Amino acid sequence: MTLITLDTKSWAAGLTAAADAYRLFGPVREDACHTFKALEKGKTPDLDMVNTRLSPKALIFPQSDIILEYSLDESREDHHIMREVQKDVTPRAVVGIRPCDAKATALVKLNFDAPDVKDPYWLAAYEATTFVGVACDAPLSTCFCTTAGCGPYSEEGLDILVMQKGDGFLAKILTDKGRAFAKAAGWNPASGDLAAFEAGKAAAEKKMVSAVQTDHLEAADLLALHNAPFWEKTAFACLNCGTCTFSCPTCWCFDLQDEVAGKSGVRLKNWDSCMFPIFTVHTTGHNPRETKVQRVRQRFMHKLKYFVDKYKTGIMCVGCGRCVRQCPVNIDIRKVCEEMNRFNPADACAVRD
Amino acid sequence: MEGKNVQNPYLPYPVRIDDITVEAEDKSLKTFKFVFLNAGDEEKFAYRAGQFAELSIPGKGEIPIGIASSPVEKGFVKFTVNRAGVVTTHLHNMKVGDVMGLRGPLGNSYPWDLLEGKNVLIVGGGFAFTTLRSSIVYMLDPKNRSKFGNIDVVYGARSPGMLLYKDELVAWEKRDDINMHITVDATTDPDWKYNVGFVPPVTEQKAPQGGDDTYAIVCGPPIMIKFTQPVLEKLGYDHDHIIMSLENRMKCGFGMCGRCGIGKELVCKDGPVFTLRQINQTPREY
Repeated sequence: MTLITLDTKSWAAGLTAAADAYRLFGPVREDACHTFKALEKGKTPDLDMVNTRLSPKALIFPQSDIILEYSLDESREDHHIMREVQKDVTPRAVVGIRPCDAKATALVKLNFDAPDVKDPYWLAAYEATTFVGVACDAPLSTCFCTTAGCGPYSEEGLDILVMQKGDGFLAKILTDKGRAFAKAAGWNPASGDLAAFEAGKAAAEKKMVSAVQTDHLEAADLLALHNAPFWEKTAFACLNCGTCTFSCPTCWCFDLQDEVAGKSGVRLKNWDSCMFPIFTVHTTGHNPRETKVQRVRQRFMHKLKYFVDKYKTGIMCVGCGRCVRQCPVNIDIRKVCEEMNRFNPADACAVRD
Repeated sequence: MEGKNVQNPYLPYPVRIDDITVEAEDKSLKTFKFVFLNAGDEEKFAYRAGQFAELSIPGKGEIPIGIASSPVEKGFVKFTVNRAGVVTTHLHNMKVGDVMGLRGPLGNSYPWDLLEGKNVLIVGGGFAFTTLRSSIVYMLDPKNRSKFGNIDVVYGARSPGMLLYKDELVAWEKRDDINMHITVDATTDPDWKYNVGFVPPVTEQKAPQGGDDTYAIVCGPPIMIKFTQPVLEKLGYDHDHIIMSLENRMKCGFGMCGRCGIGKELVCKDGPVFTLRQINQTPREY
């Protein structure tokens, strides 16, 4: 682990230098919100933000991604034979990603980098990317990362963690990828004060006002939770709009679709959402999750129970709070988590008339 | 692409339609025989009875279908497809010689290691008989037959004309190492030699008793499964001796796209084959 102290000038100059070897992405202000975009040459990421409206997951897992291509032109030798689409996997860096979103990438990796089967598109993008995170010193009231297996100075999934300090920055190099990036940026290692990091971390964690409790989720009976009486109430206001799943940095569900123009066709991998009825409908019309109650339950059970049981690495949520802030009807995962965590089937029977 | 050693699970093997058989009198079911275009792909597609694959039609999409051919049949793979949606309707209109894709094999299979040395009861209804056909051909193969005890098959369809693989059914009827109990819901054919009645009551009358050494594999429409389960329980089949194959809407087929989950299990990857005991521990969202 190496520390580097940077003033604003060397930060900016370093990023400009690194841009020769990396395609840089970072938060950019667009209208009222920030969004992750490719940084124009000489531009630094806009760190005057709490977080972006959408997570940076699209940089590794694009909302719509062409994965295969083919020709339907029967005069061609290879008509109707699918080919892999070549992707740009030259080195790139995401500068300004928050620790919650970096941790989310590590959770999503469990899905796309399974022991026995790999998504080559996700993995190639992930492997090409260096994650330069910026610690979070001003969490929002909806942030609950510290109790969601993460934190404002969490290092998981990051190659470099940068904290803003006075007029400059203090960077902690965490991995070989991070070292390579620092070298490309011309940042000289081994100057800096670890205590400052610890102080920053403690101060940021102290500012967190929101928390979830997850200690009973793993031990809870899966079917009892599934049949718990609160789902009807939880889902009552839901519009099934899908904002929660699209803004979530850990939601990974996707669809495969074909598109044809003339004689050329492509197969696409598109974000999908468990909030949509078509997500699970059979060709017969039968739908195992026909009602919104079933779909809302699926989302929370997946994040807070199925994932917990399957991977044993905690909940599938990093506490970024995006779904809490953006849900048009104020469904709040913290409250749902609270209900799930304290649920006792015996109590549920006792209070039912 | 980077990660060169990684096989791309989205990329289908190119195949050519080698033969098409109309299976059902209402023409809703056709069996497609595919051959692989590239040498070596058939070996890579090594499968077990009970697995499925994505039939991949460029420009239309993909559909997960159980493999109807058997691992002991070489040189081709077969799928019997019900015409129901966009992809299957298009497939029904394709012709011999057409090129498309095949992605798989996918999912687990029937538990062949567990079934060795055991009596096997197969209960099938309608066009869900495909992977059961694969299983029967596998068990009856001269190299495999001695590995299994008694084999009983209850197979029903709406009418004689809706039964799949009629030539094979007749051939199996004549053998003495498999007990066939073919049935139809109803028929006006005066020469019909087999059973008339729904699958559950025929199972109750004809199927062997359950026990430690007997397993039932059940595959059929939901209504058949619903009424067959109590019959099997009555015959003494434990829930971990009742093996079923589930279906759900699928896209990737290898456990990533998220839609086919029944609780923490994914039908595509952890299944499609589960014991009834396993299914009882899920929210049964299928």
